[in-house]
Amino acid sequence: MGSILGKNSPLTWVVHISVLLLVILWTIPTVGLLVSSIRDKDQLVATGWWTSFSTVERNLIKRSAPASEQLKEAGNYVLKGNVFADQSGIVTAFGWRSQQPAAFIPGKTVQMRKGKTLTIEVDGSYLLSSPTAFTSKRGARLFVTVLEAPIFTLDNYSEVLFAEGLGKSFLNTMTVTIPATVIPILIAAFAAYALAWMEFPGRAIFLAMVVGLLVVPLQMSLIPLLKLYTTIGIGKSYIGIWLAHTGFGLPLAIYLLRNYIAGLPREIIESARVDGANDFQIFVKIILPLSFPALASFAIFQFLWVWNDLLIATVFLGNNEEQLVMTGRLREMLGSRGGNWEILTASAFVSILVPLMVFFSLQKYLVRGLLSGSVKGG
Amino acid sequence: MEQVLLALFTMVVAVLGCMGYFWGSNWILAVIYPANGVNAAANIQKCAAIRPWLFMGPAILLLSVYLIYPVFNSIYLSLHGSSGEKFIGFANYIWLVNDEKFVESFINNMMWLVIVPAASTFFGLLAAALTDRISWGNIAKSLIFMPMAISFIGASIIWKFVYDFRGEDVEQIGILNAILVHFGAEPQAWIVMPVWNSVFLMIILIWIQTGFAMVILSAALRGIPEETLEAATLDGANPLQIFLQIKVPQIWGSVAVVWTTITILVLKVFDIVMAMTNGQWGSQVLANYMFDWMFRGHDFGRSATIALVIMLLVLPVMIWNVRNLRNEN
Repeated sequence: MGSILGKNSPLTWVVHISVLLLVILWTIPTVGLLVSSIRDKDQLVATGWWTSFSTVERNLIKRSAPASEQLKEAGNYVLKGNVFADQSGIVTAFGWRSQQPAAFIPGKTVQMRKGKTLTIEVDGSYLLSSPTAFTSKRGARLFVTVLEAPIFTLDNYSEVLFAEGLGKSFLNTMTVTIPATVIPILIAAFAAYALAWMEFPGRAIFLAMVVGLLVVPLQMSLIPLLKLYTTIGIGKSYIGIWLAHTGFGLPLAIYLLRNYIAGLPREIIESARVDGANDFQIFVKIILPLSFPALASFAIFQFLWVWNDLLIATVFLGNNEEQLVMTGRLREMLGSRGGNWEILTASAFVSILVPLMVFFSLQKYLVRGLLSGSVKGG
Repeated sequence: MEQVLLALFTMVVAVLGCMGYFWGSNWILAVIYPANGVNAAANIQKCAAIRPWLFMGPAILLLSVYLIYPVFNSIYLSLHGSSGEKFIGFANYIWLVNDEKFVESFINNMMWLVIVPAASTFFGLLAAALTDRISWGNIAKSLIFMPMAISFIGASIIWKFVYDFRGEDVEQIGILNAILVHFGAEPQAWIVMPVWNSVFLMIILIWIQTGFAMVILSAALRGIPEETLEAATLDGANPLQIFLQIKVPQIWGSVAVVWTTITILVLKVFDIVMAMTNGQWGSQVLANYMFDWMFRGHDFGRSATIALVIMLLVLPVMIWNVRNLRNEN
C-alpha cells in the first residue's frame, strides 16, 4: 500500500493517528482494571486510576492518643502525636468537627469546646490542649485533608485469592476446563475424517446437520438436560459439565476439523489406500499428525470458551465451595461486593490472566481457526 | 489440588477410553471380517461400509443427547405447565405474547440485533483497513483482538468500572464520568437510564467482537488480487475510492459471515446483561429472561417457550448456513 499512499503524505499520518486512537480506545478499559487492581484500596476509591502516579488528596478521620497518654504542661493537659503514625505525608487542611472537616490551614491553633485548643502541623504532628483532664479512652476525632504518595500493592490479590475464595475457584475452573477441552478433540477428529473422506449414505445430511447445530442456542438444551441429569442421577457434578461442554463443543470441532481434513491433498490418502491401508490406519498414521494445526485451533477455542463460560457452569454445577467456578464467583462478588473495587478488579484480573496468556502465546492458531471456521462455509 | 488431579485423571481416562473405543471397535471389525482368506474382497467392502458409523458413533450419540433431543423436549415442555407434567396446550405462548417483560426483552433483543453486528462489523472493517497499511499494524491488531479472550463477566466488570457513577460532590473514579465532569457536564448513572443503558451494555459486546470482525475482514481484504487494485490505481482512483468501490464489494461474502456469526452470538447474549443490570431498568433480553424463569420462576414450561423463541430467531441464519454449504459442495 505504501506505493499508493506515498511516504509522507498527510493521509499516512491520519492512518497512524486513527489506529493509535482505536488501540487506545480498545485497551484503556483493561488497563484501568489492571492499574486499579494493584492500587491501595483506600486510594482506589479516592481518585481515578489515571491519576494513580500522582499524589492523592484524601479526607481522613484520625484519632488522637487516648486520655491515658496525656501529659501535664504549664498547667494544661496535652495530647501529642502524629496523624500519620509511622507513615509520612502532608496535611493541607484540618478541622475538629465533621461539618467542617477542612476548615483550617495547618499550623493554626484553633479553639474547640470548653477551652480546648488543637493545632495540626503540615507534617501531621498535632497538639491537643485542655484546661481540664481528657477522659476519652478512644481519643478525640481529628479531621485532616492529606496528600499521600501513591501506594502500589499486591494486597488486593492476596486477599481475593485466600480470603475471598478465588483461589479455590481457580482450581475449580481448571478442573472443569482441562477434560472439557481434551475429550471432544478425538471424538470430533474421527467424525470429521468420516465426513471428509469416507463414502457412506447420508454423509451430506450429517454434514448439514453439523452446520445446522453450530448455531443452536444453548438455552434450548439447559432445561431438558437438567431434567435428564436429575433423572439418571448425574445431578450437579463435574462429570455432567464435562459431558455437556463436550456435547456443545462438538459441532464446531467437527466443522473446523472437517474443513481442514477435507483440504488435505487427495493424493496422500489415495496412495495410502492403494498401498492397502484401511481408513483406520490412514486416519491414525497420516491424518491425525497432519491435522495438528487444526486440532490446536479447536483446542484454543474450546479452552477459552469453557474457561470463560458462566451459563453452563451456573446450570450444571452447584453453588458451593467445591464447585463454584471463577466466572460464577465473579458474578457473586458483583452482587455482594458491588462497591469494593479493589476486590472486583483484582478478581477479574485473576480470571482473565490465563486466557490472556493463552491468547497472546497462541494467537496464530486462534486466527487460523477463526478463518477456517468462518470464511469457507460460514 | 486433589480436584485438579481428578480432572487430569479423568482427562487421561477419557482419552484412553476414546482410543480404546476406536481401536477396539476397529480390531473387532477386523476379527469379524478378516481382510485375508477366502472372502477377503467382500470382507474389506463390508468393513469399509461399517467403519464410517464406528467413526461417527460417539459424535452422533453426543450430538443427539445434547443438542437434538433438547429441541424436541423443549417443544414438549413448552406445551406443559411449570413442572413439565400437565398438558396446557398453547397457554404458555399466549402468556408470552401478553407478558410485558417478554415484549421488552424481545424489543431489546431486536435493538441488540441491529446495533451490535453493525457496529462490530464497521469498527472491524475500519481496523482491518487501517492496520494493513502500517508497519506496527500487527501489534495494533493484537491489542484490538485481545478482548476476545476475556470472559463476558470479566468484560462486564471492566466496563462497570468505566461506567462507575458517584454523586456530584465526590470525585469520579469511572473514566467516562470523569471525562464528563472534566468538561463541565454532570455525571450520569449510565446503567440505570432506560433505553440508553442497553446501548452501554451493547458497547461491551461490540468491544469484544470487533477483533473477530477485524481478523476475518483483514484476511478477506488481503485475498483481493493485486492486479485489480493496481488497475484501479492506474485509472487514478484515490485510496478511499479503491476501498469503498473495489475492496468492500469484493469482501461482501466475508462481511455476511461476520454479520451472521455476531447475530447468533447477540441472540444468546446473557452474561453481560445478567452481570450489569440483571434485566432491571428496562434492559432485559431473551436469554436472561429465560434464565430468570428457569431459576427464579421455576417454571420450565415458560422458560422452554422463551428458549424456543430464541431458536426461532436463529433459524433463518441456520437455514442460510446450510444452504451455503450445499452450494459450496
